Amino acid sequence: MSTSASPHDPVTPRAKDGRAPDVFVPDGWVPMRCHADTEEVDFAIVGAGAGGATLAARLAEKGFSVVCFDAGPYWRPLEDFASDELAQEMLYWTDPRITGGADPIALAGNNCGKGVGGSTVHFSMVSLRFRPEWFKSRSKLGYGYDWPVTYEEIAPYYDQAERALSISGPVKYPWGPPRGPYPYRPHEVNAPGLILGRAADRMGIKWCSTPLATVSAPHGKSPPCVYRGYCHYGCSTNAKQSALVVWAARAVKAGAEIRDMAMVGQVETSADGARATGVRYHREGEWRVQKARNVVVSGYAIETPRLLLNSATPKHPNGLANSSGCVGAYLTTQSGPGVWATFEEDIRWSKGPPNMAVTEHWNYTDEGKDFHGGYAFMSQGPLAREWGQNLATSRGLWGEDLQRGMADYNHTMGFVPVGEVEPRACNTVTLVDDEFDQYGLKIPKVTFSYSDNDKRLIEHSVKFMGHMLDAAGGRDQWRNDDTSHLLGTCRMGDDPRTSVVNADGRSWDIPNLWVCDGSLFATTGGVNPSLTIQALALRCADRIESLARRGEL
Amino acid sequence: MRDRYPDYDVADKRATPSWNDATRTALDQRLAVHPGPRFLDAAAFATLQALCGRILPQGERTHPVPLAAYVDEKLWLDKRAGFRNAELPPLREAWQRGLAALEAEAQRAYGRGFAALDPASQDALVGRMAAGGLHDPAWGDMPCALFFAERVMAEIPRAYYAHPSAWNEIGFGGPASPRGYVRLDFDKRDPWEAAEAQPGREAEARKANSRVGR
Repeated sequence: MSTSASPHDPVTPRAKDGRAPDVFVPDGWVPMRCHADTEEVDFAIVGAGAGGATLAARLAEKGFSVVCFDAGPYWRPLEDFASDELAQEMLYWTDPRITGGADPIALAGNNCGKGVGGSTVHFSMVSLRFRPEWFKSRSKLGYGYDWPVTYEEIAPYYDQAERALSISGPVKYPWGPPRGPYPYRPHEVNAPGLILGRAADRMGIKWCSTPLATVSAPHGKSPPCVYRGYCHYGCSTNAKQSALVVWAARAVKAGAEIRDMAMVGQVETSADGARATGVRYHREGEWRVQKARNVVVSGYAIETPRLLLNSATPKHPNGLANSSGCVGAYLTTQSGPGVWATFEEDIRWSKGPPNMAVTEHWNYTDEGKDFHGGYAFMSQGPLAREWGQNLATSRGLWGEDLQRGMADYNHTMGFVPVGEVEPRACNTVTLVDDEFDQYGLKIPKVTFSYSDNDKRLIEHSVKFMGHMLDAAGGRDQWRNDDTSHLLGTCRMGDDPRTSVVNADGRSWDIPNLWVCDGSLFATTGGVNPSLTIQALALRCADRIESLARRGEL
Repeated sequence: MRDRYPDYDVADKRATPSWNDATRTALDQRLAVHPGPRFLDAAAFATLQALCGRILPQGERTHPVPLAAYVDEKLWLDKRAGFRNAELPPLREAWQRGLAALEAEAQRAYGRGFAALDPASQDALVGRMAAGGLHDPAWGDMPCALFFAERVMAEIPRAYYAHPSAWNEIGFGGPASPRGYVRLDFDKRDPWEAAEAQPGREAEARKANSRVGR
């Protein structure tokens, strides 16, 4: 038996004393450069997910000293991960939060990760680029906001991210600017994906196998995907190219320190409020302070604004980097209404990654819409418990009705979009004044309501996906409502009055305080955000290197 | 209901490459759940058992899934979901209040406790709870429909479909690590997957299902 922290031990860190877990070897270790709290490191990064781990790896590879904090464990998937939905709830962020608004967002599941690798440990691996125009959607498409970067500036980093993650995808991708083949060959499409394909062919729209961050052939120590279908519950074979397996491993190898089980409670600032000086964090039962020349907040769209708000001082009474009032505002998610149907064929949608076929038709078609924005949608593959919960809570089935509905499990299929949601100031992450978490920190409240435009997009997608299921031969259709992803609460922009950070993720108010995660998104687009988060992090690393060379850090 | 996957037992795969050590540990723990109650008092636990029996009826099974025990364990551990609707109290309080209110509603409507009611009367109360139609003062400021949707319907089905018996019922492959699947196309099953019985050909399915653990 392992002498290290077991997955059921919620307190003991693994990454310390000069070593970190080797994610590829049960009970294995790799050497890790460690820093004293008193040593002022170049970068303290808060969060080791798609934003933070990526940035940590690239900054360390460029020679900066880096300590990257994560509130959760440092998993070794091969030994820690069960093939079980309930046991793997350990991957989610389940610290207390309040959810409200007219359309409260369900949290703590697939949209929140806790642990090195963040949500990419349990993401669906869908790796799509933004439509180029979305970076300037106000100017080019007439809605939303312009980002302070262009597609052309991001494109090289999409290339870099796709190579680093060995994305398995089609030779010819049907949408977007001309591009070469994906680095790895596409996966065989499973039966649910073939239903999407059959329906798309009958409706005359394009479809393809989904570009996925799980390898179709060996890469390094990652074996090819074996189509277990438990992707939302952690990949126990390491085929999934999560930030844990790809970027954290690279970061440690390049000399970064990753501190697991380390919850950052405040970004510390100088007495005059002009500079960040480090982070105050809780590890092994005590509060400590790590000194740093720069602090990067990469906690995703709830924890990032929460940390900045919880770091308020007399000089920054409304929280750090918040002179615009935009910290915690413009929260967006992506709408994900499902349309489901029963088929004669044996489908067994639990086999293979959950989203093996995609159409971006409504991301790249602007005619025939009564709304602004776009959506992609994909074939689905929920596992038994997730599906039972959906039938119960969304369809309202209980008793024998629920059991009858569940009996069709292997004959059911459906589509779920990733729908663009309008960024609005009224959708927020705020602090609850009288409720505290296990660290004594004020807990966040997430308030969310759809706009009329959001609702029109949702209904359009439900109607279209319903036609698709009809075309594919599905019967007994029904729909539910859900969301995915959390974005936009520290948006980037060109104007310090209306954004938190600039195009590099550098805060307008405190020049050595940065943000690098999904909270940067000025708009969401209609694709899953992880590839864009990683592209932004890769770009941020290059920008930091350039600024440092010019003495502008 | 007809037995669509006769003789399929996902536990037959326990020693095969479909289950790794972490999976075996997790499922051993699940099957060894404390019978309870450890958190709820006996009266509330009896109400909970009766409620579970209506959300997921298990008839006269020899080994029913101990749903109330799973809910009680969750309360005993105070294992919260990680978020809650702004209109709901925390996990333990929501369940205690909800079960007490359901009991009060049964007394008010039928002059008997919820557990002592016949299934039709229990279903009638559950239906009214789902529709927001219960208003005994015992609910306090907690909307009964929200308690039903966010606690009852989230937690009881989740406990049931986390249990191998439920997977057997629906032909779910269950654990699949490190061995996943090879056949991904329509109407294809790997030899370690559940076989669905076609009417009149149950024997074939039984035979295939007896071999999933080989």
